[in-house]
This record gives sequence, structure tokens and C-alpha cells, in this order.
Amino acid sequence: MAEVRAEMVANVWKVVATEGDQVEDGDTLVILESMKMEIPVLVEGAGTLAKLHVAEGDVVQEGDLIATIS
Amino acid sequence: MLESVLVANRGEIARRVIATTRRLGIRSVAVYSEADAGLPFVREADEAVLIGPPPPAQSYLDAGAILAAARQTAAAAVHPGYGFLSENATFAQQVQAAGLTWVGPTPEAIEQMGDKINARNLMHRAGVPVALGSTEPVTDAAAALAEAERIGYPVMVKAAAGGGGIGMSAATGPEELQTAFETARTRAERFFGSPAILLERFIERARHVEVQIMGLADGRVVALGERDCSVQRRHQKVAEETPSPGVGPKLREHLLAAGVRAGEAVGYRGAGTVEFLLDVRTQEFVFLEMNTRLQVEHPVTELVTGIDLVEQQFRIAAGEPAGFDPLGVAPEGHALEFRVYAEDPVRFLPSPGAITQWEQPSGPGIRVDAGYEAGNNVTPFYDPLLAKLCVHGGTRDEALGRAREAVAAFRLAGPKTNLPFHADLLASETFVSGDYDTSVVAGLRP
Repeated sequence: MAEVRAEMVANVWKVVATEGDQVEDGDTLVILESMKMEIPVLVEGAGTLAKLHVAEGDVVQEGDLIATIS
Repeated sequence: MLESVLVANRGEIARRVIATTRRLGIRSVAVYSEADAGLPFVREADEAVLIGPPPPAQSYLDAGAILAAARQTAAAAVHPGYGFLSENATFAQQVQAAGLTWVGPTPEAIEQMGDKINARNLMHRAGVPVALGSTEPVTDAAAALAEAERIGYPVMVKAAAGGGGIGMSAATGPEELQTAFETARTRAERFFGSPAILLERFIERARHVEVQIMGLADGRVVALGERDCSVQRRHQKVAEETPSPGVGPKLREHLLAAGVRAGEAVGYRGAGTVEFLLDVRTQEFVFLEMNTRLQVEHPVTELVTGIDLVEQQFRIAAGEPAGFDPLGVAPEGHALEFRVYAEDPVRFLPSPGAITQWEQPSGPGIRVDAGYEAGNNVTPFYDPLLAKLCVHGGTRDEALGRAREAVAAFRLAGPKTNLPFHADLLASETFVSGDYDTSVVAGLRP
């Protein structure tokens, strides 16, 4: 199980991946927005996207869980 | 002079505009969102009106809420700062229709320059050089490919209604063009509400040099010198200086004349900035865009000319003569501005958070335009600009020396900041030599 966490306070602008997807290193999971900038959240490693913990419009804090990859 | 001014902005620029109102004895009204209640600009205004929740669309972009605040406080004029509604011709019209003075150019001038394709065509007709590029909007990928063939690679792809470098990218061939076009179109729709795209010939070694103009109440347009804004990351400015180390006397004469011609072509009134790209190899320059409002980096011009640009905006809006001799502008020395952003200094990713320490440098030749202070919270809703650290010296060397000391003396804790980047920039041979172009940041952060 690998956890993907937010690096900063941000707004979830777009959810790109879907639960159950096979994901590879460098794939975009969601796109965050903070301070007028879009920040793609990428997969490190590879696996199945087991769970997405955020939805579009959510506000995430630094360290919040975004996705779990198994 | 104006009796009162509502400042339709936030952070450092709201505070900076309010500083001039205080000096001139003008009553100031701030408007603020729930996220900004604790910022200095709210406290320093004579009156402050809460206009809505943190998202810009519900506060600083909400024309209705701002106009209601103006009515409630009986404000006589509106100063829009930069960004937000400053280049929104409809808002300017609404302000005037409400019987208030708009501190800016006519809505028509804003409109004519707001569409980049229209502005290019207009400038071309006025005899201002423009790069080979689109004369009408490019609507789909196939049209973009054909247009790129006609112009010749590499090309720059950008939003016609855009600004601030958002959605802009260069393409060296058809494949890159496809990606660049899609990116630009998505961003253009999202940020500017219009999918119109334009292509322009890309200049590989370029300096970004802009001319500060002032359209006086009597109709004359004058130039107050140039600024070099080639230090950019993601096509956004990080540091600026005047005079430009890449511009000699003859070239300066041509640049300033082109800036004046651009302003005259739209009957410009008030403070405006005409941006050019200067080809380092050929020394030719082309029109990029015009910003029809006060520019972020205006302090460097103020430092070398001694002219308060906001005061001139007020005077011109009130129909009064300029407070300086338009024919006797003589810049002295050298000035630089360093934008202090809440972002990590390596990858330049945003870093909001609570400010636990804020000790800014001071002394001869140092000016800090700050939007925050210790105890404030930097929220993710707005751009990452915390402060503008500006220095002035008799020579560029003296100004650089002051800048190094000032950057080292700036104590800021809480959010990560790009101050370490500025220290690196000031130590870099390329920047210090003055012989740099828009690739200077990429060279420092490979």
C-alpha cells in the first residue's frame, strides 16, 4: 500500500484518475490548485488505484491523504 | 483632487495605493474578503468593507459587491490595482455609470488592448513593430498547424484574452504544437472565459523589456523609461530592473517612442505599460501586449524618477495636470525589484501558511512594498506575492550590493519563500553581468 499525500494547502481542481485504474509511475491522479497555480499530483511507483480520498472542490491541508495505491 | 478612493484590490498593491491616499489627504476605502480580514491594508484604510468569502469570484471579482461597498461608503473613485477587475472594460463602465471616477484608461482603450489579436493588429497599423503571427483567432488544432507552417517554427501559443503567462507555451514542431494548443485552449477557457488562441513567432534569445507610459489629462502621452523583466519562471516575472542593461541609448529612444505611439493609438489616459520582446541577437523589438493599469513592478520606475505613479493616476483621473514636468523626466541611478513569493525556492511550488516571523530590511535605497506582516495567514486563494523588495543605487553595482544585503537581512518564517532563489540570482555571473535573457532562471534551476 502506498499513500499519496498533499504537499500543500490546496483546492482539488480536477480528479483525473478513477478508483480501480492501473496506474504507472508519473501518471496524474488529481490536479490541485493553489495560489493561481495548477499542481498535478503524480503516482510514484505503480499499482492499482485502491481509493481516492478527495473529490473535485475539496480543500486539502498539507499532509492530507489524496489516494491509496495497492 | 479626488475626495475619496475605493481600492478594489488586496495585499501589497492595496496597501501601496492607500499609502499615497494618506499622503495626499484622500479618504481611502478598502474592500476585503473573509480570508484577508487581518492583513495590513484593511487596517490602514480609513474605512474597510467586507465584500465576501475567500474565492475571488465571490469577492475581488464580484463587481456588484464592490459597487455596493462604494455606494455604502460614498466613495468618489475606484482604483483597481492590477489583476482582478483592473482590465475589465465592463467593470470600468459600471464604475462610471454609477457616477464614480475610474482611476484608469477609458473602457474602450481597455477593450482594444484586452484582446491580444486585436491589439497586435492595431499596433501594426500604428507603426509599432509586431512579431509575425495570427491576425485572427485560431480555433482548432488543424488551423493551428496551418498557421504554424505559415509563421515558421518555433512558435509561441497563447490565449488571446490572456495574460500573466497562463497557458502560454512554445512549440518547435507539429507534435509539440498539438500539446501546446490543447493546453492553451483549456487554460484560456478556464481562466479568461474565451477559447481564442493566437500563435506568434517565438524568439529564442529574448529580453522582456517594457515601457512605462503615462497618458496625461491634456491628451499627451509620455514615456517614463523602460523596465527589464527578463527574470521569469513559468513566463511570470520574478525580478525586474531599470534601466535595462541590454538597452543602449539609441535603442532606448526607439523603444520609448514605440511605447508612446502605442498609447497614442488608443487615446491612452493614465498609467500603462507597453511590453516588448527584444531579440538579443538582432536587437530588434516587437510588441507583446499592453497592460492597461498600474504594473506590479512600477516601484523601480518610481525609484529612479522620483515620481509617485499612483499620485499621477489620481491627478489624471481628476482631470488635473501631471505633478511632474512631462518633458523633463530624467531617471537617476539604477533600481531593481525582487518579488518575494510564498513558494519553495527550488521547484517554485506554492507554499501557503501562517507567517510566524516577518522582519523586513530597511535603510538607504531600500523600499519594501509588503502585503503581510507577522501573524498573518497566507491562504491558497490568491497569488503568492508576499512583498516586493526594491533597491535603488547610484549605479547598478551599488544597487546589486544593496540587494544582496537586503535579501540576506529579510527574515521571514512560516511559508517557504523564494528569498534563497534571489540570493542565488544575485550571485549568478549571468545576472550580475547584465547580459542575460528570459532563460536566466532555467539556467539557475536546471
